[in-house]
Amino acid sequence: MRKLSLVLASFLAVAFTFATMPAKAGSHVVEACLITKTDINPFFVKMKEGAEARANELGVKLSFFAGKIDGDHETQVRAVETCIASGAKGILIAASDTKAIVPVLKNAQDNGLLVIALDTPLEPITAADSTFATDNFKAGELGGAWVAAKLGADAANAKIAMLDLNESQPSVGVLRDQGFLSGFGIDIKDPSRWGDETDSRIICNEVTNGNEEGGRTAMEKCLQRDQDINVVYTINEPAAVGAYEALKAIGKDDGSVLIASVDGGCPGVADVERGIIGATSQQYPLLMASLGVEAIKAWAENGTKPENTPGLDFYNTGVNLVTDNPAAGVDSITVKEGMDRCWG
Amino acid sequence: MNKISEDISKDLKDQPKFSSEIGSKDQDHHSFELGEQTTVKKIQHFLHGNPTIVPVIILILSVIGFGFIAGGKFFSAFNLSLIVQQVTIVGILAAAQTLIILTAGIDLSVAAMMVLASVFMGKLSVEMGIPTLPAIMVGMISGVATGAFNGLLVTRLRLPPFIVTLGTWNIFFALVIFFTGSQSIRSSDIEINAPLLHFWGERINLGGFVFTYGAFLMIGIFVFLWFLLNKTAWGRHVYAIGDDKDAAELSGIRTDRMLVSIYAVAGLVVAIGAWVSIGRVGSVSPTSFYEGNLDSITAVVIGGTSLFGGRGTIIGSLFGALIVGVFSSGLSIAGLDVLWQRFALGCLIIIAVGIDQWIRKVSN
Repeated sequence: MRKLSLVLASFLAVAFTFATMPAKAGSHVVEACLITKTDINPFFVKMKEGAEARANELGVKLSFFAGKIDGDHETQVRAVETCIASGAKGILIAASDTKAIVPVLKNAQDNGLLVIALDTPLEPITAADSTFATDNFKAGELGGAWVAAKLGADAANAKIAMLDLNESQPSVGVLRDQGFLSGFGIDIKDPSRWGDETDSRIICNEVTNGNEEGGRTAMEKCLQRDQDINVVYTINEPAAVGAYEALKAIGKDDGSVLIASVDGGCPGVADVERGIIGATSQQYPLLMASLGVEAIKAWAENGTKPENTPGLDFYNTGVNLVTDNPAAGVDSITVKEGMDRCWG
Repeated sequence: MNKISEDISKDLKDQPKFSSEIGSKDQDHHSFELGEQTTVKKIQHFLHGNPTIVPVIILILSVIGFGFIAGGKFFSAFNLSLIVQQVTIVGILAAAQTLIILTAGIDLSVAAMMVLASVFMGKLSVEMGIPTLPAIMVGMISGVATGAFNGLLVTRLRLPPFIVTLGTWNIFFALVIFFTGSQSIRSSDIEINAPLLHFWGERINLGGFVFTYGAFLMIGIFVFLWFLLNKTAWGRHVYAIGDDKDAAELSGIRTDRMLVSIYAVAGLVVAIGAWVSIGRVGSVSPTSFYEGNLDSITAVVIGGTSLFGGRGTIIGSLFGALIVGVFSSGLSIAGLDVLWQRFALGCLIIIAVGIDQWIRKVSN
């Protein structure tokens, strides 16, 4: 019996090794890796789905990796190393630490891989061969400008709650936060971090982890400081939904509080329609992903690299403010259009 | 043979001598040195006899302290009742966690079990049109099943609970993401299709203090578990197993069966928490409560339950949860940056456990 188990075990080990061996050089399947910040944020879940769909259409074999939380840099480093070892032709990465990831990506480039940054530009932006990104600062800015325009003269004594991502201040959180304040008209001091502003209109900076429960608790903590908050910036739509629940609990869901958010997923746009969120900045993760996959295929086959949007260091996949309550001087699209273009 | 009986009779002759000597000898080695005790020692003894007092004292001190630091805003009915609402879910998780920790185990998967149960409740009733109560029952069964699963792995595979629940945390969490694709079930959809899921989030106003039904349920759970642990044989067996598993086994307790039942009961409590969490958050959110596992352990530890098992009270965990809530709220109102809130919480954990260790070291 023992000998049989031994034979069985070694057979399985050999079979497993063959099954996981990378495709031999010379096979016609282009391999690529998609590395996202996390695999639980719906934004990246959609990005992965978009990449997978395009990869299937183009005959590209895609491997997926993700950090455990936004900011998990270590897992991404290991993913890049695994990718290099597996013989892939390109890496699509939404980096958690846009500075620290650069050396290992340079290593990938030296090994002949194309490095494409998705969603968040690397620092420096030229560390990637190409960047398909959204301008998170602009996304926040649109929301801030919209709120300021809506308040008009009252913007001077607004009370603002800033519902951010987490204490380690990942770039997406900083850009959206600082963009919002900048669009609103507040001096952001150091643009590389939130929380250093001195404007008395900012009541609080609380963290949400980007989910509903965090949004609710953060909003409550802000309300504990000042119950007259009338502007809420949120890092993403789930956090906004949580914040709304907290406001509803004290009867402030009557439209007296303006909630701005970012992401533009279909559930989020539906919440704009329902009046839960005042306006949200819509981004296009599916577009980023499919453009990225196409670029790797072109690189593998012809050695060509993608082009940037004229005047920018990256290909801007765009951001639009979605609201049914437009403000003068701030570009926006309607909820209906937002629903047509939404993801999720 | 004769020699032996001679020796024995010699020993027997010595007996009376020994017992007559007892009366005269110094009896000090039979008594305990109660002699001079410093005030500190007296406090230590008192706390040793009433361990639940420690978290109560810490709670009272912190409420008073934050009252000074953060001012009137902290003491308002609005704020104090918000704190209770904020700790309700972690409190229920801490109640379940206490059961496990009392057996010298630990459960790193409680929050993942809770979210999984809430996903079943939400998906079945809202998306698949099943009537709400049966959907809630399925959620309860999920809680019991996942809890029992943990218990079986611990008893059958004889792996440390830490390792087992580390694994199941990841497994349950992955299942949650798989079933939901990371998408939440919206509050408005729940309101239309299964409003009963929001039940424990309903609020009542008692003289300016706003409490949710969930907060009352949380207290009810603690009272019920207190009764179970202190007034039933099952409860005493929990302590026995945590104190010394082998001794418990030898005294006739079927420890493996008991452990599975303990984990299953914890799972049921967690599933009740799942229902309450839908009322609290509004939506069924698969990514929420990510830190709930560690938050529940924090509450239990601050509440004075020893991680080594066999010692601690369930009510202590309620105070532990409240202390964490008070700190979180107080520091926030005082205007402290979020990272210092986290820093302070870390210090609090160490201080609380340190005090507990000091109390345990009652010696002569």
